[in-house]
Formats: sequence, C-alpha cells, structure tokens
Amino acid sequence: MTEAVLAIRDLRLAFGSRRSQSAVLHGISLHVRAGEKVALVGESGSGKSVTARLAMGLLQESPKVHATGSIRFDGIEAIDGGPEIARRRGNRVAMIFQDPTSALNPTFRIRGQFRDVLRSGGRRISVADADARAEAALAEVSIPDLKRALDSYAFQLSGGMNQRVMIAMALANRPALLIADEPGTALDVTVQAQTLALMHDLTEKRGTAVLLISHNLGVVREFADRVYVIYRGRIVEHGTTAQLFRDPLHPYTRALLAAIPKISGGGLPDLPERSPDFESPMITHEGCGEPQGFSA
Amino acid sequence: MILKSTLRRIGAALIVMIGISMLIFAIARVMPGDPARIALGPNATAEQVAALRFERHLDASLPVQYFEFLKALSRGDLGRSLYTNRPVTTDIAQFLPATLELVVVSAIIMVLIGLPLGIMSAHFRGRVPDHLGRLIALIGVCTPAFVWGVILQLFFGYFWPIFPIEGRLLETTPVPQGPTGFYLIDSLATGNVSTFFDALHHLILPALALAMSGLGQTARLTRANMIDVYDKPYVEMERAYGFKPFRIATRYAFRPAFIPTLTILGLEFAAMLGNAFLVEKVFGWPGLSRYGVEVIIRKDLDAIVGTVLIIAAAFLIMNIVVDILVGFINPRIRLAAGKG
Ligand SMILES: Nc1ncnc2c1ncn2[C@@H]1O[C@H](COP(=O)(O)OP(=O)(O)O)[C@@H](O)[C@H]1O
Ligand SMILES: [Mg+2]
Repeated sequence: MTEAVLAIRDLRLAFGSRRSQSAVLHGISLHVRAGEKVALVGESGSGKSVTARLAMGLLQESPKVHATGSIRFDGIEAIDGGPEIARRRGNRVAMIFQDPTSALNPTFRIRGQFRDVLRSGGRRISVADADARAEAALAEVSIPDLKRALDSYAFQLSGGMNQRVMIAMALANRPALLIADEPGTALDVTVQAQTLALMHDLTEKRGTAVLLISHNLGVVREFADRVYVIYRGRIVEHGTTAQLFRDPLHPYTRALLAAIPKISGGGLPDLPERSPDFESPMITHEGCGEPQGFSA
Repeated sequence: MILKSTLRRIGAALIVMIGISMLIFAIARVMPGDPARIALGPNATAEQVAALRFERHLDASLPVQYFEFLKALSRGDLGRSLYTNRPVTTDIAQFLPATLELVVVSAIIMVLIGLPLGIMSAHFRGRVPDHLGRLIALIGVCTPAFVWGVILQLFFGYFWPIFPIEGRLLETTPVPQGPTGFYLIDSLATGNVSTFFDALHHLILPALALAMSGLGQTARLTRANMIDVYDKPYVEMERAYGFKPFRIATRYAFRPAFIPTLTILGLEFAAMLGNAFLVEKVFGWPGLSRYGVEVIIRKDLDAIVGTVLIIAAAFLIMNIVVDILVGFINPRIRLAAGKG
C-alpha cells in the first residue's frame, strides 16, 4: 500500500476565547494516499471546510482557533500551522473553491495572479517563464484563447472559464494533494459536471491525490475511491465508495442515502428529522482502517 | 470614453461653479454693513462713500451687478479689492501658491504616512502594531489642525528647536522667482538647492500639522476597507496558493480596498483647503486662507467672491482628478469606459 500524503489523527477543534469555547471537531481521523481520491461528505455546518482549512494551515494563525491532534502532510506536522506548511501551499497542496469567480481578485488580471501562484513557496521564476508555464497550464484545461484569458479580469470571464483557470492554477505546480471544497457549487449543473470531469481526468493522469468535499452524493459516487461521512464534527462511517453505497451501515448514512431520490439535483438533502441514532459510534468498513504509525 | 466622461465631469463642475458664484455673490451683498463705508473708514465723508458706491455699481440691483460681474469674469477679471484697490486676481495670484504648496505637501504626507499606517494595522489586525496604529490614527483625527500646529511648534521649535516656526523662508534667503509660485519647484527649476532646502525646512511643520487629521482618517479608512477585503474569498485563495502575507497586504488586499478609500482622500484634500487658514495663522504662512478671512471681515465684496470661487475651483478640480484616478484603478470602471 502506498503511503498517505495526508494523515489526520484525532483532530479536535474549538473556536472561541480561553473562557468560552465551542467545539466544532471532536476527534477526526482521515487519510489520503498518494494518487487516491477521497471524499468527505456531510451536511452543511458539519465541519468539512474547517477540516480542509486546518489541513492547509489556514486557520491556525487566528488566536480564536484551538486545534489539537495531528495533521501529517508531506512529511511534516501541520497541526500548529507555521512556515513549513505555508511553504507548501500552492505547490505541494492546492485548493479549489465553491465559486471560482469570487475566488479570483477582481482588481488584478489573471496573468499577475498566475505569476504569484507559480512563485509560491519562494520559487524564483522569471516573468517570461511564468507566462509560458501559465499558458501551458491553461492549454491543458482547454482554454481556447490563452493570451486573452491571461489578460482578462475574472469578471470578464464566465464562471466555467474561471473554474478552468482555478483548476489550471491548482495543478500548475504539480501538487501532491488537491483539496476541492464543494467545487463549482456556485456554477450551473452542466458546467459543474464538465469542470469536475476535467479535474478528475487531470488528477488521474498525474497521480494527484484529491480530497473532495461535496454536497453531492451523485458526484461522490462517480469521483471518489473512498468516502468519509461526517456528522457534527465526527466521522460516522468510512468505507470504499462501493462499500458505502452498496451497504451503508451507519444510521446517518442510511438516512442520507434514503433521502436522495426525494430531491432533484442529487445534492445532499437536509434531513427533516434528527435521530439519536445518528450519534452512534463510527463504523469502518472492511480493509479501510486508518494507517497505524507514521514514518517521518 | 475616458475623454468624454471627463468632459462631462468638467461640464458639471462648471455648472456647480456658476451656482456657487451666484450664491456667494448674493450672500456677500446681504451681509450687514456698507462695504464702501468699511473700506473708506469712519473719517470719510458721506459724499466720498456715495462716490465709491456709484463707481462700483453698488447701488444697482443684484441681477445687474451679477451681470457686470459675469461680463468682467469673461475677460478673466475678478474685480478690484475695495481695500487694497488692486485687482483681485493680482491678490489671489500672490497668495494662492503659498496655500496650494502647503496643501499639496500636506496631501503627500497624508498619503505617504496614512496609507502605510492603515496597511500595517490591517496586516497585524488585533495585535500590538494594530493597536498602536489605531491609537495614532485616532489622535490624529480628533485633534484639530491648529492644535497640532501649536504642539509641533512647542516640541520642534521650542523644546528641541530644529524647525523654524514662521514664514516660508529665512529672511536672508532670496525669494525664488519662477512661474509656479511653489518655492520648492521654483527653487529647483533655477537650480537653487539651498533655497529648496530652506523652503522645505519651513514647510514641514505646518504641512504635518495640516496633514494629521487627514492622515488619521486615511489610516482608519484603509484599515477598515482592508479588513473587509481580508474576508473575501479571493484573499483566502491567495493565502491558499502561498502568496506571501506581505505581498497580500501591500498589493492584493490593498488595491481593492484603496478604491473606496481614494474617493474619501479627495474629500480630505478639499477639507485641507478649509483647515489651512488656522494653520496659516499659527505659522505666519502668507497664504490665501488668511487673505480670505481678512477680506470677509472687511466685507471686501469682489475679493470674497474671487477667493471663494478659486477655492471652489480647486475643490472641483480635485474631485475630477479623483474620479479619473478611481476609474483608472478600478478595472470595472476602466473597461466599461473603454467600451462605451
Ligand atoms: N471562524 C469561525 N468562527 C466560529 N465558528 C466557525 C468558524 N468557521 C466555522 N465555524 C463553525 O464551525 C462549524 C463547521 O463549519 P464548516 O467547516 O464551514 O462546515 P461545512 O461542513 O459546511 O463546511 C459550523 O458550525 C460553523 O458555524
Ligand atoms: Mg463548507
């Protein structure tokens, strides 16, 4: 078995001052192996985004954030944030967001932002090289007029085009891990499907691991090798995609799956009723345990 | 396009100028007191006063007087001061450059200190440099300019006398001759470096005093707007893609935040024109503001109207410049203008 690029162990997170804290994550463990596609699924507010942001070291700076446990990424410990994980952002790990248009700065052209992406982690690269690499990256996501796209502002491009730009930026430095937090939820369904397929193909081709956070169980089923189901800051079920969809064991997962057909888009339903059963212990499907012990 | 929208703005400004001229023209004339009597003094005879009133058409109706004023204005003539008996344009040409030089240097100080202070506060938000920056900005905002003038004079002119506290130049320094009336520019244009430094030396304290409140306001606005921007998804993207925090602060979060700040900067600049008169008083600065106060007290009709119009024109020109700059910095406006 290949080694995990990302291994999160007993991650706990609380927001607040020293006196009054509200706990958001209650001991999450998950891992993503090299080249693997893993999904994290759960209702809104269950703690998916904060898990992703902690893994990238984006939340730890704030004095209101209290995180314990372990986040091993790329051979380093990132639970306290710091310069080591910061140096890897944008090149060893990259992120794709919900709304690509608002994730691009409206006062700078794509070209300038792309240059800074290519310079992440203190890489030195000349302007000409950066522009050549940006064009190559945009060509890979099938953007027709490369020069025009680079000289545009995000608000001049369509949502789908911006999503392609984001994917190109995310993969330009050949990251080991791509975290996609509900990618393209803000786009219309066909564009969303197109760009997800594009993301799938490119990461598959390059062996990039993906942690996909999604609302859409249909997407998860097509996209992911393994799935974690999260409920209120706890992982409640973990298995391969096949296992989980064929044989959901946890009451919460069952409720989620049972509720799908009732709504149109295949998105994650808001469950009308809460059952105390949802709090029952985590279920791990056969062969899907967390890796034991880490190599440095 | 840009040219067209600029022309439209200039047209609007001209209409505003006409409105202001009517208003100030009427107000100056309904203020109590007979300008001819005030100008000639209590010892003048009634015949002398009547003669002056006749000479200056003061007995004609307001619309007729205004028409005469417009006729003169079209020749570039703002009338004659009742007091100095010199053309108002001559008086203004003598005093305006000193004020403009003071205000322009103040505006430069406001931007050069205020913006970095605001950026620093936003970058270190909630931490010690932020608290310090906000304190400085708050003190700057809520202390009037003339108080700053007195404080600065006390510290840097008296306790630690490293700056002069009066005038634009030392008496021994020859006045630079040049087309602008800005001593800094005229002295450099004639290659007179020692005069340049003497003028700068005299400028620093009054310009700083005048800049302080705008500087604080600039820092506060920059901070507030940048903190809004820091919550935007694109800043999270920039952090997630390893952009350096310093580069985000000075470039990627700064530019979107600067667009709304710039509009207010223009207003702060205009406010400086108004605040200048007390600072000019404190520093014995021979500027237009002081002249404006003197002519109001003397009810010097043409001089009042002329001074107000010049200040209003400076204000409107500043507004147009700011609008053009905003259009230049904000790509949405720039691109929309390019298409239209
Ligand atoms: N900066 C924050 N301060 C306080 N609470 C937060 C903050 N960010 C997220 N939370 C809380 O953490 C929980 C998980 O949020 P999130 O990870 O965004 O959920 P989701 O699964 O929808 O992505 C939510 O209850 C949210 O209110
Ligand atoms: Mg989320």
